[in-house]
Amino acid sequence: MSFDVMDYFRQETLPHIWCPGCGNGIILRDFAVALERLNYPRDEVVIVSGIGCSSRAAGYLNFDTVHTTHGRALPFATGIKLANPNLKVFVIMGDGDSSAIGGNHLIHAARRNIDLTAIIFNNNIYGMTGGQFSPLTPRDKKATTAPYGMIEQSFDICRLAEGAGATYVGRATTYHNQLLTQLIIDGAQNPGFSLIEAVTHCPTSYGRRNGMASPSDMVRWQKDNAVWIDKVRAGKAEVKDGQFTIGLLHRHEAPEFTQAYMEVIKRARGQE
Amino acid sequence: MIQIETNKTPKCELEIKKQWCKGCNLCVAACPRSVLALDLLGKIKVVEAEKCIACGLCESTCPDFAIRVIKNA
Repeated sequence: MSFDVMDYFRQETLPHIWCPGCGNGIILRDFAVALERLNYPRDEVVIVSGIGCSSRAAGYLNFDTVHTTHGRALPFATGIKLANPNLKVFVIMGDGDSSAIGGNHLIHAARRNIDLTAIIFNNNIYGMTGGQFSPLTPRDKKATTAPYGMIEQSFDICRLAEGAGATYVGRATTYHNQLLTQLIIDGAQNPGFSLIEAVTHCPTSYGRRNGMASPSDMVRWQKDNAVWIDKVRAGKAEVKDGQFTIGLLHRHEAPEFTQAYMEVIKRARGQE
Repeated sequence: MIQIETNKTPKCELEIKKQWCKGCNLCVAACPRSVLALDLLGKIKVVEAEKCIACGLCESTCPDFAIRVIKNA
């Protein structure tokens, strides 16, 4: 492998601050590999992130990056994309960032079908603030704010995005990292809102409280509980309780927002 | 300055940045041929270089970018 992932990082900021065994580094690497294969000019790529462990990722990447406020990565990205539709805008969010405080922004970005690629680092917990449960913490799993187990139902963020109108929805894990790279590439090429859920692991705040203290236990859990959607569709596998599907979950075509907006501008100026 | 340790194996060169290794053990668990192990300080080291098949799993699973596999031409 002659390609060096370090070409894509601000090396002076490394090593990163994430805990030992944190899956965010693996996703960050896959993202860098995807950017290498996409081969966009560097000054046409913008990476926007919110707040949380995952959102530190933008700071390590040597591109034009914006580290925004909690949950508001998508509104910032929408503004950037509308100001210059030629830019390739990637949005990095965590599960709490995208589904709790930024939940409304997520569904409306999906509804508008604006050409953004959102990568959601789903570690099932608010890791940075000490392990509070997030809307993506599965039922019965423990968190500091749910010491007897989570009693609420969790979101299926892929189905949420699909229902809201996202044109490309995929899910992969840190174990299936080649799939993750491929989904990011295809999502970036999809003209419309693409959402890629990257199931990652938080051994410090989530695994430690849920019987998976070592990072390799958590990766093994992903390996055992991820079911390929192609197999499910072909009837060769079924999704048992607690398992989740991976792969390209949904794709459809719909008018893209920035293009529609540019047409409105033309019409208003009487250029049509 | 980051020190890069180069380990020659039959099919590749394993470049290891020990200073960046946090000792999470993921690469040791991922390696199908038990090439890697943690040393006394909990940092990664190459123990059986001749067994390496250059599959690249350690590189793709390392969250800290501490390993790089450079396959022989």
